[in-house]
Amino acid sequence: MQQDKDFIVRFAGEGGQGMVTAADSLAQSAAQVGYFIQTYSTFPSQIVGGPTWAQIRISNKPVLSSGDQLDALIAFNREAYDTHADAVRDGGVIIYNSEEFELEDDGRSFGMRFDELGKSTGNPRAANMVVLGAIAHLVSWPQQYLNDFVVRRFTRGRPNDEEIIKANIEALGLGRDGAATTSFDLGELPSIEKPDWDQVLVNGNQAIALGAMAAGVDTFVGYPISPATTILVFMEQNLTGEDKFVYQASSEIESINAIAGAGFAGKKAMTSTAGPGLSLMSEGVGMAWMMEIPLVIVDVQRGGPATGLPTKTEQSDFQIALHPAHGDASLPVIAPGTVEECFTAGAVSLNWAERYQGPVILLSEHMLSERSQNIPTPDVAGVVDERRQVYRGDNGYLRYESSTLSPMPVPGGPGSYVANASEHDPMGDTTHRPDRHIHMTERRFSKLALLNDGTYEEELANEPIVIMPWGGSKGPAREAYDELLAQGIQYGWYYTMYLHPLPDALLASLKQKELVIVPELNYLGQFASYLRSLGVRAEAITQYSGLPFGVRDLIVRIPELAASMKQGVVKS
Amino acid sequence: MTTKNPEYDFAWCPGCGDFGVRRAIEWAVERRMDTLGEVIENTVVVAGIGCSGNMVHLLEGPQPFGIHGIHGRTLPMAFGIKGSRPDLNVLIAAGDGDFLSIGGEHIAPQAQRNLNVTAVIMDNGVYGLTKGQSSPTTALEVITPTTPYGKMEGALNPLDLYLTLGATYVASGISSKPRDLANLIYDAMNHSGFSMVHVQSPCTTYNDTFEALKGNPRKGIQPLAWNVPDDHDTSDKAAAVELVRSYGVPVGLLYQDPDSVALDERYAQIMSKQRTRTAQDLVDSFAFAVQ
Ligand SMILES: Cc1ncc(C[n+]2csc(CCOP(=O)(O)OP(=O)(O)O)c2C)c(N)n1
Ligand code: SF4
Ligand SMILES: [Mg+2]
Repeated sequence: MQQDKDFIVRFAGEGGQGMVTAADSLAQSAAQVGYFIQTYSTFPSQIVGGPTWAQIRISNKPVLSSGDQLDALIAFNREAYDTHADAVRDGGVIIYNSEEFELEDDGRSFGMRFDELGKSTGNPRAANMVVLGAIAHLVSWPQQYLNDFVVRRFTRGRPNDEEIIKANIEALGLGRDGAATTSFDLGELPSIEKPDWDQVLVNGNQAIALGAMAAGVDTFVGYPISPATTILVFMEQNLTGEDKFVYQASSEIESINAIAGAGFAGKKAMTSTAGPGLSLMSEGVGMAWMMEIPLVIVDVQRGGPATGLPTKTEQSDFQIALHPAHGDASLPVIAPGTVEECFTAGAVSLNWAERYQGPVILLSEHMLSERSQNIPTPDVAGVVDERRQVYRGDNGYLRYESSTLSPMPVPGGPGSYVANASEHDPMGDTTHRPDRHIHMTERRFSKLALLNDGTYEEELANEPIVIMPWGGSKGPAREAYDELLAQGIQYGWYYTMYLHPLPDALLASLKQKELVIVPELNYLGQFASYLRSLGVRAEAITQYSGLPFGVRDLIVRIPELAASMKQGVVKS
Repeated sequence: MTTKNPEYDFAWCPGCGDFGVRRAIEWAVERRMDTLGEVIENTVVVAGIGCSGNMVHLLEGPQPFGIHGIHGRTLPMAFGIKGSRPDLNVLIAAGDGDFLSIGGEHIAPQAQRNLNVTAVIMDNGVYGLTKGQSSPTTALEVITPTTPYGKMEGALNPLDLYLTLGATYVASGISSKPRDLANLIYDAMNHSGFSMVHVQSPCTTYNDTFEALKGNPRKGIQPLAWNVPDDHDTSDKAAAVELVRSYGVPVGLLYQDPDSVALDERYAQIMSKQRTRTAQDLVDSFAFAVQ
């Protein structure tokens, strides 16, 4: 039996079989007794049915990634078994639904009749509880944890509460007893030191929305698209109150132009989308850069190009986030790598937009949007609601006269001007003069220097070879990094979510390195090539399967790349 | 702003219809300031891309706020401005190509929402700024640089389109009668809802329709433009549809929905009943107690 710090279980089957509910229930019950948890689920694109899976990782330490070495697989049907059995670690256990299929005894699997056992309690929906009971037995989890969870979950002030609670607890027991008839045992989850801070259980999209709310977002206009839709839905539900405006647009072209209108009119404005929507917004983003209008676009990346893989993860929008429009423009990009960072990014992106008076891209990804995690309760009161400098003088003001940022007039107040997407003179009228185009181009780029307050992580800074992941690859990369350290293989560690502009000091350090290894989920090695353009010796480790990095792969590929570079061979 | 501004290098051709439209807009806005006591900074002119869109730079007198954005997107920008700031008066100035071709996709949703803005569409039946190509309102078989063998599609009927899509104020004007046009624009701005003022504004360089609109008895040319009859019931949409489908260009107010409820009114009404949720409330809603 290996010394487990944590426990990873995957529920796989057909959409509608309750995989996500089972994972959520396990997650909540574990979180409620103080464990750190992270869930991750993938959905098929079809609405009903189709292969689905949900995974939960439970640990006594903060969880960095969803994990790729399963301790237990719950296979609801044959296809699920065939697809996922390989992901189970040596010594792991597979519980399969023997109402659906049978397996020869292979020493690591056993069947249970989930539905039948569930229904026998009188509650047709108790099959999940049977499964959870069985898992609890395998990790020697006190029955009380799950019982308490059931009581809390189903105490809803309805007449049949008690009946349902009783049936569910009975189902837990049936599952436990069923598993107890086998000799399988996954050891014990290590005991927990309960965190002494308050917690919330949120996913990445919820965290972005909460961060935006904390920073005082006023206007939100968006068009549904996976995996960003839940941000729009959250805003529609919650962005209420005086002077707030939220609306479902008729296209992403409408979204971007609408939030540009709102930004012009003085509001903190935001939209959310995925790659296809960002492509449609291109011209509007360039306009906001040109007119110097604050706004934020959240791009929750999915597999691309074109319609791509709507429900899979990828980090292939970095280049379009940096250069979403034609012409000379490069946008500030903030790419959170954890659910906690999603909250910060939601707030900082809006504040950056206001500060430099221009568009900002918040680059998230499917992996984060579908990841629920218990994190310390974000400090709402500590979030600054930064607002643009507003012009309050007399009429006759020339907004675009100075060679860098200047106060922005707001309609209804003094200083009327024209916000012009054509090159313009100090009052905003169209011009074609060479000196003016030079002046204005430099003015627009100069404002990026106002965004130099990005933070970053730096460890073992003296190492010549360093690992620098970005976005959601942070988790698996960090686990690989820690594991390599434990094996005595040492690299430096760098990380920031402020990808553009990069914090000055970070860039200076990176330029000193012999090699900066960038694990990223795209074919081109987009971030590595950006670093190279800044004078950093960076090489990517790429993956483009629609799946997050596996820690095991990175443990092999990182030293491989480091070694090949030493021999002067570039391989990625 | 032109008289003050040596850097701005665009000018309308002599005789361009847009001059008349400019006069009408200036009069309408000034009248609004006089009668409502509204400051000029409360008006935002959202211009399309085209000769017509240069309106926003060429307005004389008191200067409103302006937007000269990208081609075809006046409505979405106006939507964001009016949605987030219902206190502002939003006036769109766009060409037929901008509004009906590249921007055509935006008319239906805003009409459906009854967005409370006024659009002045300067129709010259041509793409003026790009030098004379065919537009949605160019007639069948007309030869232009991009229809060298004659246009293969018939002309769109914009007034019919606005009525069909549910605009709650639809008027038709002509640039050579700026006083009448000013009144239509003024009324449109006072109408609470989606207001279309479609203007025949001939392009003297690429598609001079002055004579065709006014007619010329000596040459035996029947006028295309005619006044909406005094007894037309402007609250009767079916009657309006009949007029715009009959012949040529009816000039005047065609339709005004007396029961119009604009998006901003409906939004305020529904949302005022909702509880204000603070960020702290929302964060707390995800909290759970560790047992
Ligand atoms: C996305 C995009 N496509 C094409 C153009 C080129 N363009 C500029 S104005 C125009 C047509 C203008 O026609 P209209 O709206 O009728 O205005 P007019 O000049 O006739 O007043 C075109 C095609 C552009 N600016 N942007
Ligand atoms: S080209 Fe036509 S529309 Fe453009 S300014 Fe000249 S006359 Fe007016
Ligand atoms: Mg035109």
